[in-house]
Amino acid sequence: MEKRPVDKFLRIEAVAMTFQTRNGSFAALRDIDLTVKKGEFVTLIGHSGCGKSTLLNLVAGLLKPTEGLLICAEREIAGPGPERAVVFQNHSLLPWLSCFDNVHLAVERVFGATEKKADLKRRTQAALALVGLMHAEHKMPHEISGGMKQRVGIARALSMQPRVLLLDEPFGALDALTRAHLQDELLKIVAATGSTVVMVTHDVDEAVLLSDRIVMLTNGPAATIGEVLTVELPRPRDRIELEEDARYHHHRAAVLEFLYRRQMRQAA
Amino acid sequence: MTSAIATLRPFAVNLEPEVAAANEPATRSPAAGPVATLDARAAEVVAAKAVAIAERARLRRGRARAIVLALLPPLLGFALFISAWGLFSQTTGSLPSPAKTWTSAVDLFSHPFYQKGPNDQGIGWNILSSLRRGGIGFGFAALVGLPLGFVFGRFAFANAMASPIISLLRPVSPLAWLPIGLMAFKAANPAAIWVIFISSIWPMIINTAVGVQRVPQDYLNVARVLNLSEWKIMTRILFPAVLPYTLTGVRLSLGVAWLVIVAAEMLTGGVGIGFWVWDEWNNLNVEHIIVAIFVVGIVGLLLEQLLLLLARRFNYD
Repeated sequence: MEKRPVDKFLRIEAVAMTFQTRNGSFAALRDIDLTVKKGEFVTLIGHSGCGKSTLLNLVAGLLKPTEGLLICAEREIAGPGPERAVVFQNHSLLPWLSCFDNVHLAVERVFGATEKKADLKRRTQAALALVGLMHAEHKMPHEISGGMKQRVGIARALSMQPRVLLLDEPFGALDALTRAHLQDELLKIVAATGSTVVMVTHDVDEAVLLSDRIVMLTNGPAATIGEVLTVELPRPRDRIELEEDARYHHHRAAVLEFLYRRQMRQAA
Repeated sequence: MTSAIATLRPFAVNLEPEVAAANEPATRSPAAGPVATLDARAAEVVAAKAVAIAERARLRRGRARAIVLALLPPLLGFALFISAWGLFSQTTGSLPSPAKTWTSAVDLFSHPFYQKGPNDQGIGWNILSSLRRGGIGFGFAALVGLPLGFVFGRFAFANAMASPIISLLRPVSPLAWLPIGLMAFKAANPAAIWVIFISSIWPMIINTAVGVQRVPQDYLNVARVLNLSEWKIMTRILFPAVLPYTLTGVRLSLGVAWLVIVAAEMLTGGVGIGFWVWDEWNNLNVEHIIVAIFVVGIVGLLLEQLLLLLARRFNYD
C-alpha cells in the first residue's frame, strides 16, 4: 500500500552518527529508520547515554548525521530552523529578557517580515496564554519557578507554529507534581493545536500517557531502535482513568520489560 | 571576626538601660493616672501600646547593633593606623604628624581651584586633569580593546594568533612604554595617555574574549533554532551574555589606568596629581605628598565602587 505524504511527514532513513573525540571515534547511533505521521506524538525512550538526545538534535538540525538522510515535509533537514522548534531540557530562556520578550524574539523572527507589530504582540500573548502565563509576561526568568520557565520555553516553541515540536526531556528537571501538571497541559495543547511532536524522555509513565508511539532505543554505544510500541489508548486521556485501564498497564509493562529486562544497564 | 564580636558585647549591654527607659513611661502610665475607674479596656490598650513600643525598641536595638558591628572594625582599624602613623612621625621626626597633615589638607581643599601659572594650581585642577588624562587613555583602550576582545573570543584562529603576543606584552611594566610614546608623539601629554592606553587595554581584551568564549551553548542553540540574524545574535545574545565579563575587564582596566597615572605624570610633568606629588617633593612639602596619596586612593576607591554598582545592575541572577 502506498503511503500518503502525511503518513511520512518526518522521515529518518538509515541514519548513523559517529562523533570524533580525542580518544578516537565514537559511534552513537546506527541504522536508525523511523517515519512520523503528521499530528503524531512519538516518544524516544532509553537509558541515559543511549543517544536519544542525539537523535532529537539530528531532527532539530543541530547535528548533521554521518550517514543517512533526514527529511521533513519533503525537504532534507540541512540545519536548525524555526519550523522544527525545540524545547530544551533546561528551558534555555535568555535571562536578560522578560518572559514576553523571550517569546517575542521567536515570534518576531518567524512572522516579523509579514505581520504588523500589533499582530506580533498578539501572537506572543496568545502563546503565553496557551501555557497559562499571561500574568507573568513582564516577569524576568529568575523571578519565576522552574515549571513556569519550562512553560515559557514551550510557549516560545509553540509561538513559531512549528511543523514539528521537539521536546528534549522537557520535564526532567521538575518535581513530580509540577511534571504531572505540565504533562496534562501538554496533552491539552497538543490536542488543541494538532502538533506533530517528537519527545525524548526516560520516564515510562510519561511516555505511555502522552504518546501515540513509543520508540525504544537499545543501549549505546552504536544504539539503534530496539522496538516500537503503538499506544492504543483513546484520547483525550486522563491519568486517573488510565490507572484503571488494563491496556495502560500492559503498555507500561512492555516498555519496562524492554528497558529493564532486555536492555539491562550495566552497573555504572 | 569573633574577636570583634567579643569586643562588642559591652556595647550591647550598655544599650539595655536605654531601652528600659523608653519603656518606662508607657508601663507606668496606668498606675500614674489619678482616675480610679481603671477601665479594663484602657489598660488593655495601654498594654498593647507598651508591647508595640518594646517591639520597636527591640528592632531599633537590633539595627543599632548591626550598624555598630559594621562600623566598629574599620573605625578601629583607622584609629590604629593613625596612631601608628603619629607614633612613627614622633619618633623619627621626618614624617609629618597626622594633625599637621590634616590642617594642610583642610587648607588645600579650602581653595581647590586657584590658578597661579602652569606650575601652581589648586588640587582640584590637578585631580581633574589627571582624571581627564586617565579617561582619554582608558577610553581609547576601551574603544580598541572591547572589539578586539570580541573578535578574539569569536574566532579561534584570531585568538591563537593574538594570545602569544598578549601574553608577552601584558607583563611589561607600564613605564617601559613611555619612551616609545615620547618617540611616536614627540610630546609629553600624549605619551602619558599612550602609557595609560597600553597598560589598561589588556584586562578588557582578555575578559571580553573569555566572556565570548563562555557564552553558554544553550543560548547559541536557541539562536540557531530560531535562525536569528547575525545582528540579533550580537545584540540579543552575545552582547548581554558577555557584558558582565566585559564590566569586570573595564573595572580592572580602570584600576590599572588610575594606578599608572601617578607614575606617568611624575615623568612627563604638566598638570596632574602625579606631577603635583613630584613638585611637592621638590619643595620638600611632605604633608602635601601624603594628602596626594590619600586623594589618589579615595578617587580610585570611588571609581571602583561606581563600576561595581554598574556591574550589579547587569547581573541577571
